[in-house]
Amino acid sequence: MGLLSNKNKEVLVGPLSKNNPVIVQMLGICSALAVTSKLEPSIVMGLSVTAVVAFANVIISLIRNTIPNRIRIIVQLVVVAALVTIISEVLKAFAYDVNKQLSVFVGLIITNCILMGRLEAFALGNGPWESFLDGIGNGLGYGIILVIVGFFRELLGSGTLLGFQVIPEAVYDFGYVNNGLMILPPMALIVVAVIIWVHRSKNRELQEN
Amino acid sequence: MKALRNYLDKIKPNFEEGGKLAMFRSVFEGFETFLFVPNATSKSGVHIHDSVDSKRTMTIVIFALLPALLFGMYNTGYQHNLAIGTDPGFWMTFIYGFLAVLPKIIVSYVVGLGIEFAVAQVKKEEIQEGFLVSGILIPMIVPIDTPLWMIAVATAFAVVFAKEVFGGTGYNVFNVALVTRAFLFFAYPAAMSGDQVFVRTTDTFGLGAGTVVDGFSGATPLGQIAIASKDMIGSFQSVDVLGNPLTTWDMFLGLIPGSIGETSVLAILIGAVILLFTGVASWKTMFSVFVGGAVSVLIFNMVGTTVSMSVSPVDHLFLGGFAFGAVFMATDPVTSARTETGKYIYGFLVGAMAIIIRALNPGYPEGMMLAILLMNTFAPLIDYYVVEGNINRRLKRAIK
Repeated sequence: MGLLSNKNKEVLVGPLSKNNPVIVQMLGICSALAVTSKLEPSIVMGLSVTAVVAFANVIISLIRNTIPNRIRIIVQLVVVAALVTIISEVLKAFAYDVNKQLSVFVGLIITNCILMGRLEAFALGNGPWESFLDGIGNGLGYGIILVIVGFFRELLGSGTLLGFQVIPEAVYDFGYVNNGLMILPPMALIVVAVIIWVHRSKNRELQEN
Repeated sequence: MKALRNYLDKIKPNFEEGGKLAMFRSVFEGFETFLFVPNATSKSGVHIHDSVDSKRTMTIVIFALLPALLFGMYNTGYQHNLAIGTDPGFWMTFIYGFLAVLPKIIVSYVVGLGIEFAVAQVKKEEIQEGFLVSGILIPMIVPIDTPLWMIAVATAFAVVFAKEVFGGTGYNVFNVALVTRAFLFFAYPAAMSGDQVFVRTTDTFGLGAGTVVDGFSGATPLGQIAIASKDMIGSFQSVDVLGNPLTTWDMFLGLIPGSIGETSVLAILIGAVILLFTGVASWKTMFSVFVGGAVSVLIFNMVGTTVSMSVSPVDHLFLGGFAFGAVFMATDPVTSARTETGKYIYGFLVGAMAIIIRALNPGYPEGMMLAILLMNTFAPLIDYYVVEGNINRRLKRAIK
């Protein structure tokens, strides 16, 4: 079995689209609404979750045969909490502004359903390398949606991208006004809904009746 | 009439499947059934045959809205004349308002019907007539100086996300016109509230240019109430744009600043009579909205710690969009409660909630929009419990 056999490729690529944690499994919606009013925190959040899921998956996968079944949740939580703390400290040290914008949501990665979901559903039953790929895949699948939502919310809500103004001043002189609703959480829900809409209409097999 | 019928029959084949203009089939069908009662009948089951189909119902609602709309046009011109201190006579005043309001109506209809036609064509369905009323309600519930492109964006948003995604006319959870207004209100607050947007002080298509007179203020009475300080309790007096005090009669007549169609209780009352006489709207909903509002104001009067809490019930019910919402929005047959008992509960809570929002949240001088949208959410729940209650009562009777 090669490092990137067909099965492993599916493990890595599947969560990006057909089995996306946010828009297909509907996990991690809360943070997707909370941190996406700007593009930069969305990217950082996506990367943080990717790192946490990937390494938590590897660690749990390595010790999966030694964890007593009855206390596995608490073991998973300890691993995740340790990783989240590391991420949080790294962000505080190297990206303090973004860390402030993300506020409690870095700490709340612990409660992100995607994490526990992947640990329970995948890492407990698969080897470390597959688990690592699965973690990267799911983290990026989550990150992609955050970036798309963050892109539209920042562009339409603030007229900027990553803090740089992209809608020219001339458009504002002409009467254009930023859409204040885009910065409010309800619009994140609607943007996610639109992504789901587009995604489902391209993947008809995902449509439920 | 005969000639029109013949002409329609002659051009009809073009719009059938495979015809030259098949892509406009839904448009043609829409207009044909708008002009003539369709002769297609149901093929199964027992149905009551009645020429009052939903197109006719919608047309009646539009007739009921006309007095408020025409008054709104006149009032637009009237407020403008007060602001620049001229008096060009009745007709010029009306024409000014007409020209100011007309683009809003056109934009709302073109955007909304455009989406409806496109969706009907793609889904190969008949055009649904729900937007006939929404399209005229939208321009009536926005301030006169809201830019047209904002109305276009908001209308498109509301038609797609409040209506089409739920399945089109008759399936929407929320009142489409109010979703449009809510979108505008939260997305572009500067263009929807405050004292800059309710009275047009610039010219319209070159008409009515002039300089604004000294002492002019475009704040609506509700806006004045919301920002009035606590020491004015008891002595508060709402004023018109030039600072003259407003009597209750002025509020009833409606020559005051506000959204285009909402100011005149008199014109809305004429509409209400038409709706009630033709049986289109339910008097139970309308009546209980006013009762709910009045009860809630009386309770707040007893507390009376802000100006908004101490304003009399009559003023509260006459000002802002309360009457308009009660008559034309809360009675929307799709989004309001459908059970007879439910209509009382629904209406009462709409009225009470509108006043609660006005009195307790100074950020929202007007609470009618949010109150109706909120109760739209609960209408199915109210219906559910009314039906359950009926079932239980009859069950008891049967078991005894």
